[in-house]
Amino acid sequence: MKLDQIIEKLLSTARKDQPSDRVPYAFENRIMAQIADLPVAEDVWAAWSRLLWRAVAPCTAVAALTVVAWLSFSPAQTDRAVHDRELDEIVAMAIELPAE
Amino acid sequence: MSEPTDKELISAVLEGDASSFEPLVTRYQPRVFATARRYARREDEVADIVQEIFIKAYQKLSTYRAEAPFEHWLMRMAVRTCYDFLRKHQRNREYNVTEISDEENDWLENVGDEGPERETDQAAAKALVERLLEGLSPDFRIVITLLEIEEKSVKEIADLTGWSVSLVKVRAYRARKQMRKMLARITPEKYL
Repeated sequence: MKLDQIIEKLLSTARKDQPSDRVPYAFENRIMAQIADLPVAEDVWAAWSRLLWRAVAPCTAVAALTVVAWLSFSPAQTDRAVHDRELDEIVAMAIELPAE
Repeated sequence: MSEPTDKELISAVLEGDASSFEPLVTRYQPRVFATARRYARREDEVADIVQEIFIKAYQKLSTYRAEAPFEHWLMRMAVRTCYDFLRKHQRNREYNVTEISDEENDWLENVGDEGPERETDQAAAKALVERLLEGLSPDFRIVITLLEIEEKSVKEIADLTGWSVSLVKVRAYRARKQMRKMLARITPEKYL
């Protein structure tokens, strides 16, 4: 018999010999007593994503208010129309001048 | 009323109800004890390992993603904790593989013989295999236990240990070589 066969025979003995799954009496109490004072460690990424989701509503509200305020108080609408008309006139004058 | 599922219990623990962890401990402690007994012989050591596994599981529960069953996640933690235990206690173990008992010596002398195996033969073989496993380094012992004794696949071992598939294969090959070397030192010449 070769060494590899002996090893195989030994390993097959070990395979048949399953370790016991016996649990000492009230072992769960020992665990629970140990964890009583321990905090469950927070998952950093989960906490970060939760914070991001919480920030979505206020950010959206601020953005909406900004848009509304800008639309309400900006004089740009009328000024812009005036500027456009003046620009048109200046360009038209510039085109017409050489002809005179 | 049916028992709460693992997922329900885990959610309750994460929401602050630590007592929901107890049914998880009760449910999985037999399997964790059996795993720890593969690597530690003394019962107080076994209990300490199991306790460490469950405390780690409790503290890292928020990192559990329900993609795989909780049992798989817990067993991964169990194997890694057992590996740490072996590494921590490696230097404390004064082990001489050549000092075998008379029964073990008889078993080796007669291993090639035909005939029914006696109970004492089995006990001697068991002691011998334990002796060989004790003589291996933690890496080799873990890989031989998982691959040859628990008959797990290389991929499963890679998942349990966190090693790459190729590293598991290399360690399995070297572990076998190491076992052969140790056995050669105690085996009668007729088998060499």
